[in-house]
Amino acid sequence: MENVIEVNGLTKRFEKTTAVGGISFQVGKGEVFGFLGPNGAGKTTTIRMLTGLSKPSDGKASILNYDIQSEITQIKKCIGVVPEASNLYDELSGLDNLVFTAQLFGVAWDERVKRAEELLKTFGLFDRKNDLFRKYSRGMKRALTIAAALVHKPSVLFLDEPTVGLDVVAARSLRNLIKNLHSQGTTIFLTTHYLEEADLLCNRVAIIVKGKIVKIDTPKALKEFSGEGNLEDAFIKITGLSPNVMVMEKGGGYNVAR
Amino acid sequence: MWRDNLRAIYYIALKDMKTYYLKPPGVSWGIVFPITWILAFYLRAPGDFRELVPGLIAMTILFSTTAAEAVVINFEMRLGSLERLLLAPVTVSAVLLGKILGGAVFGLMMTGIVTVGSIIVLGVHPHILHLSIIILISCFTFATLGALLCVFVKEVFEAQTLLNLPRFIMVFLCGVIYPVSKMPVWLQYISSVMPLTYTVEGLKDSFGFSSSHIIFKDALILSAFLSLFVFMAINRLKKKFE
Repeated sequence: MENVIEVNGLTKRFEKTTAVGGISFQVGKGEVFGFLGPNGAGKTTTIRMLTGLSKPSDGKASILNYDIQSEITQIKKCIGVVPEASNLYDELSGLDNLVFTAQLFGVAWDERVKRAEELLKTFGLFDRKNDLFRKYSRGMKRALTIAAALVHKPSVLFLDEPTVGLDVVAARSLRNLIKNLHSQGTTIFLTTHYLEEADLLCNRVAIIVKGKIVKIDTPKALKEFSGEGNLEDAFIKITGLSPNVMVMEKGGGYNVAR
Repeated sequence: MWRDNLRAIYYIALKDMKTYYLKPPGVSWGIVFPITWILAFYLRAPGDFRELVPGLIAMTILFSTTAAEAVVINFEMRLGSLERLLLAPVTVSAVLLGKILGGAVFGLMMTGIVTVGSIIVLGVHPHILHLSIIILISCFTFATLGALLCVFVKEVFEAQTLLNLPRFIMVFLCGVIYPVSKMPVWLQYISSVMPLTYTVEGLKDSFGFSSSHIIFKDALILSAFLSLFVFMAINRLKKKFE
């Protein structure tokens, strides 16, 4: 399989800490690649480096054979990014937000409104296209943020915690959309805390802990390797992390025990 | 690449104008505040109001161009919307120049209203070419100064506080109300390193209230301030995304 994303020894150091410590992996064309890890493991920092929002301290990476440091503009034309926060413009309508994104990405002027309206229909927001973004529900905001990432028809899509804060129905719609994009050949790089979601969607997953990748394999192989029946238990076993137990102390307050 | 950046500069400015500038707070800071201030000073020491017109225009330029920079930069930075712009195939410089262009165009609009109003109501007769040159360069210079100060801090309130410091110092020391030539020498030295001094000088020349300066000298000095502010602001913003 042709590799779309290649990462070799990618490192990000901040003043005293190493957020990402020399990670290496490849993502094949048309693959849904899950990037899993606890909070602060380095998932978002990795996405930020791959999408040009942060400079790596060391190591190399390429997307579609373009180097992330010297050819980031070419990369940005081919990728869509859905950040963890729905950060479109509150004072613009749904339609205007998508048209503005299309303008920034250089979508032909006679295609912009057409493309934006197509996406609004796909995401079930067409009837609310003239409403301001700030009037949308959380699920609608998330859906529009994802639509904005697709406005220039990217071949690689980065999704950072896409279903966080969504209700069951909205989350399921979104998972169906990811499956659809996958079936159309889009390569998807997905970070999520919901391991069931990763199990359902991903061809392969990488598990990152404290900036280091500890395991990369298919969800099925990870479950077999750990001897667990579901990916959540497999994840806990592989990472060596145990859930905290909140113990009520005498006289009120809580203590964290392992 | 340069076409991508030019397109981004244009659309970012347009979006900022639509989203932030053409709203009541922008208009009140840009027009109502300078007029109220100048009127207050006029009422305290009545004289020929026409002589206060350059100061009024200078204040309008200063406040209208810097009014929304804290919102377009710090507020968007906090929400992550500024980062969203950087996910597009454009450079950090293009994003910042888009922000500056939005502020400068809004400043030009507000200053245009005040200037035309002054010409009609007070019957002043400026040298149109000279006036246009000074207003144009000043609007870009002060929009860039606003952007520069905003990229140094995180929060909107910090940016507003930081912006008020040079704004009010310049209003008092740069000849907006009180002529620089009548100030103590040491204050004249301070005013000589402030860009608003050259805006006021250029405007006074344009209106024929002063003939001691060469207009192109003022334009040249303002251009030097503009280049310095652009360079510093872009470098600072780039560092934020390293």
